[in-house]
Amino acid sequence: MKEPITKSNYKEYVFEVSPKSSHLKNLFWAFTVGGTICAIGQGFIELYKYLGVEAELASALASATLVVITALLTGVGVYDKLGRFAGAGSTIPITGFSNAVVSPALEFRSEGYIYGLGAKMFLIAGPVIVNGVFFSVFIALLVMLFGG
Amino acid sequence: MLTITFLKAFLVGGAICFAGQMIINLTHLTNGKLLVLFLVAGAILEGFGLYSKLIEFAGAGASVPISGFGCTLVKGAVEATREEGVLGALTGGLSKCALGIATAIVSGYIIALIFRPHTKKN
Repeated sequence: MKEPITKSNYKEYVFEVSPKSSHLKNLFWAFTVGGTICAIGQGFIELYKYLGVEAELASALASATLVVITALLTGVGVYDKLGRFAGAGSTIPITGFSNAVVSPALEFRSEGYIYGLGAKMFLIAGPVIVNGVFFSVFIALLVMLFGG
Repeated sequence: MLTITFLKAFLVGGAICFAGQMIINLTHLTNGKLLVLFLVAGAILEGFGLYSKLIEFAGAGASVPISGFGCTLVKGAVEATREEGVLGALTGGLSKCALGIATAIVSGYIIALIFRPHTKKN
């Protein structure tokens, strides 16, 4: 008799049978792709500064530019291909956030504009914004109370 | 000088993603959880004023990763509390991140209208 599948041993099972991609290769690509995306971001910061934009806004604009480019790349299906070998290198930069917004929006549009596109757009961005706002408010209050 | 700026962005940004990949390799964490983890890490570090220093050093290398997003939220909230008190804690973070979030939503909406989903091939 096989032991019954529970939530915890199912996880172990998936861990065991899922293909083992080389850890070193993963790490190399995550570093290279992640670093390159950041370097491209730096390029936009320098460009906006050169055009006379103040430093902090230049940084925000550079991130927004990356968001728009990623949205387009997700639309034509290129970014998800990058994600397959770059792993965290394509997830952790702001481009990964953009991809997490655009990808489900694209996929679930067929389920309608309100509950499809509108709701599924926040499948991953939702938790990010919810946690971000919660912790930032909490931390700001702590900083206010305990100096800083 | 500019070369060094780019090199710092590449190395620090790469290192942050390297750390993320290390976590995935060891724990098989899903992408969403990884994003939240790094976001909260950036937010907490900025609570001590540390992440801004990393951004000063590495530029986009620290501001482009999602931890930079967490940092911006906290930075905005902390700055606004200095001016408006408790109310600022609630308004400051999102105001500072509005550009990024709104850009993501608007471009996501437009892309979803224009393009068709890509069927996943294995």
